[in-house]
Amino acid sequence: MRTIEAQTITDTIVRLCMEANYNLGDDMLAAFDKALAKERSAAGRGVLEMFKENAQIARTQRLPYCQDTGFVICFVDLGQDVHIASGLLEDAINDGVRRGYTEGYLRASIVGDPFNRKNTGDNTPAVVHTQIVPGDKLTLMVMAKGGGCENRSKYKMCTPAEGVEGAKNFVIECIRTAGPDACPPLIAGVGIGGTFERAALLSKRSLFRAIGEPNPNPELNALEQELLAKANKLGIGPQGYGGDTTAFAIHINTYPCHITSLPVAVTIECHAHRHKEAVL
Amino acid sequence: MAGEEIRSLTTPLSDADIESLRAGDRVRLSGVILTGRDAAHKRLIDLLDAGQTLPVDVRGQVIYYVGPSPPRPGMVIGSAGPTTGGRMDSYAPKLMALGLKGMIGKGARSLPVREAMQKYKCVYFGAVGGAGALLSRYIKSAEIIAYEELGTEAIRRLVVEDFPVIVVNDAQGNDLYEEGRKQYAQE
Repeated sequence: MRTIEAQTITDTIVRLCMEANYNLGDDMLAAFDKALAKERSAAGRGVLEMFKENAQIARTQRLPYCQDTGFVICFVDLGQDVHIASGLLEDAINDGVRRGYTEGYLRASIVGDPFNRKNTGDNTPAVVHTQIVPGDKLTLMVMAKGGGCENRSKYKMCTPAEGVEGAKNFVIECIRTAGPDACPPLIAGVGIGGTFERAALLSKRSLFRAIGEPNPNPELNALEQELLAKANKLGIGPQGYGGDTTAFAIHINTYPCHITSLPVAVTIECHAHRHKEAVL
Repeated sequence: MAGEEIRSLTTPLSDADIESLRAGDRVRLSGVILTGRDAAHKRLIDLLDAGQTLPVDVRGQVIYYVGPSPPRPGMVIGSAGPTTGGRMDSYAPKLMALGLKGMIGKGARSLPVREAMQKYKCVYFGAVGGAGALLSRYIKSAEIIAYEELGTEAIRRLVVEDFPVIVVNDAQGNDLYEEGRKQYAQE
């Protein structure tokens, strides 16, 4: 049994929240350059250049890349030989969000109730997904998830008869209907299989894979590449101004499912793809 | 779509300014603009529906759909990029009827809003979504003028200089998103 102090978790979350918002990942920066080399639209290239400049300013000035500093989604892989001392896991995470967002000049974007809509003032609470894993490590994966793109995420319970074609059509339909609203170029996280809620979780988690890193499953990798090529023929382009770069990546995670079901969940993520992780 | 030339415009905008703009035009906006998003719009429209006057005069004005991040000490504003305009669709025509001339956001607007833009002579500008750190550089001052308790959603008076936008919907019914997609779609 290994002991991790709740305070250590809080301090780590503070740092991850800030870093995620100021420092866009190298994989995204590489994706911008790759798209710039292929994009035919002058307006589209202009947008991609602005992303690069924006990332540079955010990094050097410690200003958030996007003013929507997101809902904090935290995937926790908790080793079953870990004991968290001096506090509760979710409290420790929320304390970290509170401090990270307040001390880091990050926007408070969470309302405490879906109907009365009063802002909680410190961007808490986070959405925490915990799973128990072997070992004595604690992995914290933080994503600052923008609202505009999240609003375009969708779910469809396909039938087994619809099969892979049904799933493909639904993913492309999600990207098409997200259109210019969700700040394209996009990343689509796709969860296929499991149940209603499992598919959604798979789709979110898939977004933590680095852009450009192939899917370890060759068949899914081929499917991702096929869907990416299709998405980029939609013509929506950077910011929807028209162009060849509508999506940077499609990530697919799958899980076994019931004989009656073919669940497909699509999380839409924008170019402000902000996530960081730490292993304690 | 329009050419590479960049127009410079200073607020308040006149009907002649609006009629000269076409979807796809790149524009640098200077002068005073107002901010407002979901919560502030709801309050404004509730006031109008109750027959009361607004705390801000929207005639000739441009409303920027933005909820900025907090400024660091010594800074004017934090990151300040656009939010999705479509969420303001149910409110926008009522403000246009009062003389609103421009909106800045990102994402598509509904048909009723585009029709209202033609009727009342108003344009919808797109700013680059997610480029909030960069866009904040064009904002020279920021002051809360209504609904301070809404925090990031308060109505602010911004002074901008050469703020970069593109005309998405003009007052003739053109739509940059539709034109752009048609030009590049390979379906």
